[in-house]
Amino acid sequence: MSEKIHLHYDVSGDDFTHAGEASGGVKSTLKKLGFDPDVIRRVTISMYEGEINMVIHANGGAADVDISPERIDVVLSDHGPGIPDVSLAMQAGYSTAPDDIRALGFGAGMGLPNMKKYTDDMSVDSVVGKGTTVRMSVNVPH
Amino acid sequence: MTVGKIAEILDAEVIIGEDKLDTEVNSACGCDMMSDVLAYVKHQAVLLTGLVNPQVVRTAEMMDMRCIVFVRGKRPGEDIVKLAADKDIVVLTTTHRMFTSCGLLYSSGLKGGGVG
Repeated sequence: MSEKIHLHYDVSGDDFTHAGEASGGVKSTLKKLGFDPDVIRRVTISMYEGEINMVIHANGGAADVDISPERIDVVLSDHGPGIPDVSLAMQAGYSTAPDDIRALGFGAGMGLPNMKKYTDDMSVDSVVGKGTTVRMSVNVPH
Repeated sequence: MTVGKIAEILDAEVIIGEDKLDTEVNSACGCDMMSDVLAYVKHQAVLLTGLVNPQVVRTAEMMDMRCIVFVRGKRPGEDIVKLAADKDIVVLTTTHRMFTSCGLLYSSGLKGGGVG
């Protein structure tokens, strides 16, 4: 591929069943484009974590993915309640997820730390009462 | 070890993926918390779990896993089976509990593999 590709997904907050469809779509696209499996894995795991977060905490949001031969950028933005203390939320094991989400296998407080672990760059901009934007990038080794 | 051998060891029913039983796998993990699978698992091809919802398949998909084993006789619904079929993931169900299932597979040579 020589040109950049932009993908946009609206992530529904209504149905936990469909959470992950955007990440699955990105995974499928990256596979078709022939990216390295490790790059694909890092992008899709981190995006999936973010997608789950948007469904759990923010009633959905939007995912925008820019794919180039050098790097893959993922921006997840929502209009949810925001994160009062981002540094606390970045700590492994810290979670505000309710019990019903834990019963579904999520809410262990590993989402944001995991997103940081799997990406080369990550930033979280959040305003309480306005929403949260997470930006992640994975560099493609050559 | 093949996925078919796993089914044999666990006396498991193949729910979907009969045509993929010759898939070779080297390691597995047993976990009911998908958050932890995403955080700690690395290159394991088999997921044993007692959790039954579509996010189990999504998690396996993101982790490039080839086979899901539902333990304790858990049976996935049609939506889960269809999603697994779309993702080329084999789905098994066994009446063995988690500890026993993991023990049987481990003692037969399937290992835990690395952590992420």
